[in-house]
Amino acid sequence: MLALSDVHTYYGESHVLQGITLSVSPGEVVTILGRNGMGKTTLMRSIIGFTPPRRGRVRFKGDDITRWPPYRMVERGMALVPQGRRVFASLTVRENLEVARHGQRGRWTLPRVLELFPRLGDRVQNRGNKLSGGEQQMLAIGRALMTDPDLLLMDEPTEGLAPLLVREVGRVIAELKREGLSILLVEQNLPLALSVADGVHILSRGQIVHSSRPAELMANEEVKSRFLGVA
Amino acid sequence: MSAEFWITQAFNGISYGALLFLLASGLSLIFGVMRIVNLAHGSYFMLGGYVGLSVVWRTGSFLAALVAGAVAIALIGIGMERLFLRRLPGQTLGQVLMTVGFALMFQDVALLVWGGDPYTIPVPAALQGIVTAGTLRFPAYRIFIIVVAVLIGVGLWVVLDRTRVGAMIRAAVDDREMAQGVGIRVPVVSLGVFALGAALAALGGVIGGGFLGVYPGADFEVLPYAFVVVIVGGLGSLPGAMVGSLLVGLLDNFGKALFPELSYFTLFAPMALILALRPTGLFGRA
Repeated sequence: MLALSDVHTYYGESHVLQGITLSVSPGEVVTILGRNGMGKTTLMRSIIGFTPPRRGRVRFKGDDITRWPPYRMVERGMALVPQGRRVFASLTVRENLEVARHGQRGRWTLPRVLELFPRLGDRVQNRGNKLSGGEQQMLAIGRALMTDPDLLLMDEPTEGLAPLLVREVGRVIAELKREGLSILLVEQNLPLALSVADGVHILSRGQIVHSSRPAELMANEEVKSRFLGVA
Repeated sequence: MSAEFWITQAFNGISYGALLFLLASGLSLIFGVMRIVNLAHGSYFMLGGYVGLSVVWRTGSFLAALVAGAVAIALIGIGMERLFLRRLPGQTLGQVLMTVGFALMFQDVALLVWGGDPYTIPVPAALQGIVTAGTLRFPAYRIFIIVVAVLIGVGLWVVLDRTRVGAMIRAAVDDREMAQGVGIRVPVVSLGVFALGAALAALGGVIGGGFLGVYPGADFEVLPYAFVVVIVGGLGSLPGAMVGSLLVGLLDNFGKALFPELSYFTLFAPMALILALRPTGLFGRA
């Protein structure tokens, strides 16, 4: 589905990603863990094309997409739930979903998204900037689904949410996984991240310092305390 | 001063504001979607007027002049955006220099093709009359300008606020990068908005040519007005362009009528005040 090989990304002179190689297979959920400032969001930005890598390759469904503009990635079947949600503030909930609609025959339609997030159904006419943080997060996920993706990039979807909403997001991720969606998930919430993941990578200073299955990481106290600050 | 004075001046101010709206709404949209400060926008106004003039001379049809002016200048806008401005994303200084360069070249081209004499675009007989209400007399042409601006304003509002394309444009204004991240072809949206903005300015140029005239220097004469409108109203905001146009039209008219020696002051002092109190303009967002 997705394969990165030796990806190097810079912000100006700052060398943020220093040779990332990883892959996501169809139907797989891969989680990226790591402390703040270690390059997790930059990794997402490199894949979707917001900040293209300076060196290395990104392949998606067989195509080399390294220098594609973001909207082409989305048309090809990639979607992003960005850090900070980035819901369109002057658009209503309905419009936020409609502008992302890809074609007419997608698996995801407005009614289906509203079925997945009943809370949004009551607020279709509200503008994006009038929503609570939790509702914005639901909308950001729903908006990504409306593009009818095969691969979902999710950047800290539980950031700043109350425990009840964290569980709600966890439920949705598990449901999407059951539907066969491939997901690359950046997440700080360790229990959630490990419960849905098939594979885990830890990012530190722009490099992958640990890769394993969730159960192995769970048992590895040394890696957890060294790279995640978990006792 | 009599009530007649106030009503007549207010009417003149509103009709001038209506003309400014045609110019400024496009400028504001272009800035909102593309973050381009287009200093050639006044040139679109002037060139639109000249193209309209030639078409009226050739065909005698004012309507043909409006259409031809808008289409011709939209094509020029498309060429500028596709071939040049697109290569300078986020480089404000480069954009400013490039659009100023274009404005100066357009000025030379206009001088070469149409010469240095001022002209007035002949308007249809139906628009030449005077509408009287009691002792008040309103030129029909100025009423026509107001009607056109209202129709364009309503049309733009419906498209922007009620259609999927409009939502895409607003999404690009809100967050250009994320708009691409949900699959919106932002470069195409940008091109369309740029062409529309240029066409509206040209429409203003043809209509303005009917009462302000068409002459060398009209481009840089209207440009500051358009910028004051956009800055006062808020960059990228359609309601802002509407309110800003009316405000500037009225201020300019009353300023010139009441304190002719201070007319720039009455125009720019309120702008400075609004900017100081509300840097994003009346309707702008941070």
